[in-house]
Amino acid sequence: MTTGLWELVLTGVWTTVQLLVLSALLGAAVAFVAGIGRVHRWWAVRFLAGFYTEVFRGTSALVMIFWVFFVLPPAFGWQLVPLWAGTLALGLTYGAYGAEIVRGALLAVDPAQNEGGIALGFTPGQRLRRILLPQAVPEMIPPFSNLLVELLKGTALVSVMGMGDLAFSGNLVRLALQESAEIYTYVLLIYFVIAFLLTRLMRGLETRLKAGLR
Amino acid sequence: MNWDWDAVRDFMPLFRDGLVVTLQALAVGSLIAFTLGLVWALLMRAPTRWVRWPVGTVTEFVRDTPLLVQLFFLFYVLPEWGLTLSAMTTGVMAIGLHYSTYTMQVYRAGIEGVPPGQWEAAIALNLSRARTWRAVILPQAVRRVVPALGNYVIAMLKDTPMLMAITVLEMLGRARLFSQASFRFTEPLTVIGVAFIVISFLASVLLRTLERRLVR
Repeated sequence: MTTGLWELVLTGVWTTVQLLVLSALLGAAVAFVAGIGRVHRWWAVRFLAGFYTEVFRGTSALVMIFWVFFVLPPAFGWQLVPLWAGTLALGLTYGAYGAEIVRGALLAVDPAQNEGGIALGFTPGQRLRRILLPQAVPEMIPPFSNLLVELLKGTALVSVMGMGDLAFSGNLVRLALQESAEIYTYVLLIYFVIAFLLTRLMRGLETRLKAGLR
Repeated sequence: MNWDWDAVRDFMPLFRDGLVVTLQALAVGSLIAFTLGLVWALLMRAPTRWVRWPVGTVTEFVRDTPLLVQLFFLFYVLPEWGLTLSAMTTGVMAIGLHYSTYTMQVYRAGIEGVPPGQWEAAIALNLSRARTWRAVILPQAVRRVVPALGNYVIAMLKDTPMLMAITVLEMLGRARLFSQASFRFTEPLTVIGVAFIVISFLASVLLRTLERRLVR
């Protein structure tokens, strides 16, 4: 492959990484809000959070991407840059899966811990911040690590919208080279390396968080 | 937001055809994923690491890379290697292969979950190795793995829209066709979104019933 084509692939990697980081941040924020919402005392909050997770987990990521790209902008008169539209679509979709992880981890904390907080006169917000989350967050890391790899694979989906990510630039190079085996092998290898690094990163994070608890 | 019921009505014939293709892809894809996954799981129990290592590496690689790129790979590379298959065949092969690396893990856990006493009993009864697997281990392992396999059927369902990218006209592909002709996006995308939720829901109900039957 020539230098120009490699540059194209590297631009694709950069877009994929940007998309991954932005949608992981949005997804994590959404996951925490919706996950906490699903165990909230108020019925209406639980219902809203449940509705969101069911809709986004029940439909397909690609269908949601189409929906965010084609239905939302005209409906609300938005003019979204592709990177932000992709972030929104992926963040909302994978945030719904993350919400279930957050909910599960919160429910797994020993109920006596929460009761202890009540006995000490903590407000619900204080109990969440000081008792529940510090114990639940380390438990969330392994499933979140899996979800992050799923999200990385999900970023390839926005290439269908013509976003210049790694999968998309792979297709451009295929057209330029008139040869597919080589370029797709490189593309798959790059995804694999990113996934590998992500898993490592998360394992390190888990060790540090658990050490902090002791 | 403006909603047009006429657009919904016009989309219905295309939707029906797309639904059929989606369900076909799901059925064949699941069949491949279930069979191939069991093959990988059994190979991973091979006594020599010269079998385990390549199978482990390849399945790990397939699991950690995007299905969409794998679809492109098979769709564009196989013809270069002299193997021309229809887009649908290539698509269900890719889905089946991708998810077989997930079902492999499920089977592995299921097989490892069979109590060791069952193996010992089979040895005590002087059953052959093949007979032990067929009559003792697999029936118990499969019963354990049904719920997890069912979850992957739902996951596969939600990945079928990717087939659109290699020209298979499943539900999303037909919705896009309709949108290009009519400039209406909201209605077809909402219709297939609802269809996905309904099918996922029905599948999970079916799964729960099946689980209860098997446990009894």
